[in-house]
Amino acid sequence: MDQKRARMKDRLSAFYWLNETQFAQASSELITSQRRTAIEKFESQGFPTVREEEWKYTSLKKLTAPEYNFPSPFAPLEQDEQIDFNDIKQFLVNDIDCYRVVFINGRYSSWLSETTHTNYDICTLGSAWKKYPDVVESYFNKLTKDDGPLVQLNTGLAWEGLYVNIPKKTVVDKPIQVLYFSTGDTPVFNQTRSLIILSEGSSAEIIERHHSLTNHETWTNAVDELHVGSNAKIHWVKLQHDASNASLTQHSKIHQEKNSTAIVHTISTGGKFIRNNLDFSLIGRGAEARMFGLSLGSDRQLVDHHTRVDHIAPNCSSHESYKGIYDDFSRGVFNGKIYVHVDAQKTQAYQQNNNLILSEKAAVDTKPQLEIFADDVKCSHGCTIGQLDEDALFYLRARGIRIKEAKALLMLAFANDAIADIQHPSLRVKLSQLIGRKLGVDMSNSL
Amino acid sequence: MLEIVNLHASIDNKVILNGINLKINLGEVHAIMGPNGSGKSTLSNVIAGHDGYDIISGDILFDGESVLDFSPEKRAHLGLFLSFQYPVEIPGITVSNFIRTALNEIRKAKGEEPLGASPMLKMMREKMGVLEMDKGFLSRSLNEGFSGGEKKRNEIFQMAMLEPKMAILDETDSGLDIDALRIVANGVNSLRSNRNTFIIITHYQRLLDYIVPDFVHVLFNGKIVKSGDKELAIELEKRGYDWIKKEQE
Ligand SMILES: Nc1ncnc2c1ncn2[C@@H]1O[C@H](COP(=O)(O)OP(=O)(O)O)[C@@H](O)[C@H]1O
Ligand SMILES: [Mg+2]
Repeated sequence: MDQKRARMKDRLSAFYWLNETQFAQASSELITSQRRTAIEKFESQGFPTVREEEWKYTSLKKLTAPEYNFPSPFAPLEQDEQIDFNDIKQFLVNDIDCYRVVFINGRYSSWLSETTHTNYDICTLGSAWKKYPDVVESYFNKLTKDDGPLVQLNTGLAWEGLYVNIPKKTVVDKPIQVLYFSTGDTPVFNQTRSLIILSEGSSAEIIERHHSLTNHETWTNAVDELHVGSNAKIHWVKLQHDASNASLTQHSKIHQEKNSTAIVHTISTGGKFIRNNLDFSLIGRGAEARMFGLSLGSDRQLVDHHTRVDHIAPNCSSHESYKGIYDDFSRGVFNGKIYVHVDAQKTQAYQQNNNLILSEKAAVDTKPQLEIFADDVKCSHGCTIGQLDEDALFYLRARGIRIKEAKALLMLAFANDAIADIQHPSLRVKLSQLIGRKLGVDMSNSL
Repeated sequence: MLEIVNLHASIDNKVILNGINLKINLGEVHAIMGPNGSGKSTLSNVIAGHDGYDIISGDILFDGESVLDFSPEKRAHLGLFLSFQYPVEIPGITVSNFIRTALNEIRKAKGEEPLGASPMLKMMREKMGVLEMDKGFLSRSLNEGFSGGEKKRNEIFQMAMLEPKMAILDETDSGLDIDALRIVANGVNSLRSNRNTFIIITHYQRLLDYIVPDFVHVLFNGKIVKSGDKELAIELEKRGYDWIKKEQE
């Protein structure tokens, strides 16, 4: 029995019951009963352990050890939680005009944000409970009811996060930048929850980042629900480049209707512990899901990707390409599930996971998992774990490129198609530079 | 400029270079010919600093200085260039990025400022013009999906950009049709001067009609068994290598 884990669970449950009245006051009865059901599930299941297949390679033991502060969504920011624009400037993609929604320890920061309600709603879930109760009731927790205890915990405590609701045939004119900061003088555990609704024929782009501003341990447990209507398109870039004492567990659920497109880039280059669950349900004919991942591990970092695509309707396609480069003592996990349901004829599913291991102490566990119940489908998958190509390295060095730069260039080349689909050249450059820096080279001359 | 002294080298305990002696002065063009498997590519790789070979004995001197302990990049900084027999395909690096990085690394090693984007591009256009290459080349992934001829032309393009003091062309002619051969040879000839040298490795006399060598050497079983002038190449073309093999027995 892990005492600390049990204690954290009890503290979280107490936190919910203490605050239930406040949660209830702010939202409808239906939502309150969903919260309660979720918390009860969390209480009965507890944190997942490595005995469970889904968490076999990824232990939460260290993550549940610190005595975290649980910031109350209803309390104003404390002295040690105050941040201003200068603290966050470096985390913004500044050269692209964006809507901006900023949260600090699970509270919305209006003075750091630029939201809109003009043609569509790009704002905060915290305000939507009261302002748009019908929308929230129709969409909140629709995709997450059956998920595991971390998701249930989040549903129970869900309060703040990005809220996006785009009406029919509307194109959001600029990207939405959403930033979740953790800060304070103690270890902190935050829940963030986003609800994104794209009506028929609409489109939007989201650039998301979680970042810690404190030297203390932080853990953010994020859950996202995305409803992508027919012919709608979402492009979502997740930038996981957090501080070395910051951990993230994120569960993102995407529901796609007819002929919709969802593109998700997950760039995991920082942080201590990252667990991503990214699930797509292709429920309408002709829906297309594209997901790209790039994980760069060093020190003792862990990057775990669990992806799942449910091909439910016919004629849908999914394309998945995840790249990982692991150095030092870092570890990677990739588990890619593709379920082709019985009616999903003419499914096209592609999955690829390629890894480079740079040190003897680094490791990757990769597992494709395909279950196909329809007969007329095209599925392919592959995974590789290897080292840098010696011949390629010699070729570069023979041209005068020093070994460190040559290695970095090869890694950048390996990583390249994980960011190739990102539309904004300046964002792509920023990402390449970030990657270059992580690999220990200045790439500005070779870009 | 380059001096190879009694060089013995092996790979996996198999001796491949068996006492090579070769001296090359600035301004000279040397051709090395020889049957398959005689050690021509091994010699090129060893000169370029490939660390997969064990140097058993002997030395390689560059301007009088032993380079055996030098990394491949350091040798490149000193002005060595190897046009690979089999250039490596590297998806994800464009030709222009690659060349820009290489050129600026060499400049940096010489203590020069990096060349900016626009003079670089201008220089690339110029050299590509000489080699009759299409501009689209620059944005393609390095050697990925290139035809044999395109790969070789790309090697010569790199050579033209990096302006080495000593270039080794390892079977640059194989895979080239006659037009491409002429273009590549023109490229090489336009770079020839009394400040650089070339080693042309080839099976065929053909290329040597265009790039006329000062010396021709025959490599056989890891040893230079015969040296002469361009007449030797013509003789080899006529008679093949069998008479050389016989002479050795
Ligand atoms: N990596 C290697 N391992 C073992 N033997 C090798 C290796 N590379 C080359 N050789 C051997 O060395 C000899 C010379 O090869 P190479 O230098 O490629 O000849 P050439 O270029 O003249 O055709 C051949 O017998 C070849 O099989
Ligand atoms: Mg050869």
